[in-house]
Amino acid sequence: MSAADMIDTPHDDHVHGHPAGETHGSFKGYMTGFLLSVVLTAIPFWLVMGDVLGSKPMTGFVVMGFAVVQIVVHMIYFLHMNTSAEGGWNMLALIFTLVLVVIALAGSLWVMHHMNGNMMPMSAHEMRNLP
Amino acid sequence: MTQLRTSLALDADSPFHVAEHHPENGTMLGFWLYLMSDCLIFAVLFAMYSVLGGNYAAGPAPKDLFDLPLVALNTGFLLLSSITYGFAMLEMARNRKQATLAWLAVTGLFGAAFIFVELYEFAHLIHEGAGPQRSAFLSSFFTLVGTHGLHVSFGIVWLTTLMVQVAQRGLTVENRRRLSCLSLFWHFLDVIWIGVFTYVYLMGVLR
Repeated sequence: MSAADMIDTPHDDHVHGHPAGETHGSFKGYMTGFLLSVVLTAIPFWLVMGDVLGSKPMTGFVVMGFAVVQIVVHMIYFLHMNTSAEGGWNMLALIFTLVLVVIALAGSLWVMHHMNGNMMPMSAHEMRNLP
Repeated sequence: MTQLRTSLALDADSPFHVAEHHPENGTMLGFWLYLMSDCLIFAVLFAMYSVLGGNYAAGPAPKDLFDLPLVALNTGFLLLSSITYGFAMLEMARNRKQATLAWLAVTGLFGAAFIFVELYEFAHLIHEGAGPQRSAFLSSFFTLVGTHGLHVSFGIVWLTTLMVQVAQRGLTVENRRRLSCLSLFWHFLDVIWIGVFTYVYLMGVLR
């Protein structure tokens, strides 16, 4: 951080009230994010509702891919994420959270899949007479 | 050398450690950490839905229940509310109080439309006998989507409160900080909705 920043930043806080280091984005940034989001939302809906690809696993895979891209678009253009905000602590917290999310999702699916596989088989008759 | 002189000059003005420049925006980082913990709540609910989403208990499946045009409409409402909140933040940066309030009102209306459509969908499902008690799939569906809807509802309450605050006190430093926090919250909920409409609705219909 240069000496000029050190003087200017507190000055900005009081005159304009921008919390230091926070970016408000620009009209162009918001519109870019919005238009990208519209496209990235419309295509998955079109793929699923029109059954365009004809293959369910393929459609699912593509749709999930679009969701990941759109989440990144939102993070950049709406949440103004970058590696320098808050001295990088924002990004570090996000990465840590993503690691936990992956562990929670993958772990739950893995464990529960095997637990289902190891359950005693149940006949239709037994299932009907469940308490 | 310049830096040293600056520090000394600032120190002379203030007895506090200005030279170290302790930013006042600890709030933004703290709020971001809250959002990350909220993200974990949703991660757990998504995990629950992925585990239980296939257990229909001989009841209706997503294909029989979900109305994709309605979901697309809802997605549009939430996306529009995100961009209008962005416009409110831009007007705030330009110090225009009335324009900020107007865009906040538009955001609140889109949010309310989203909640209205979601409640209509829930009421329709329950009326059809597909309420949360019907199957594990529907329990987890109502929990996940309902938690998101509850977040949006509280976001609208917060938004209304801030509109009153801004109308009464103007765009003060405190109100700007609060609006920035709500901005993160609102856009974050839109991010969660991307996961919901993709994983619950689109993937559900594909299943």
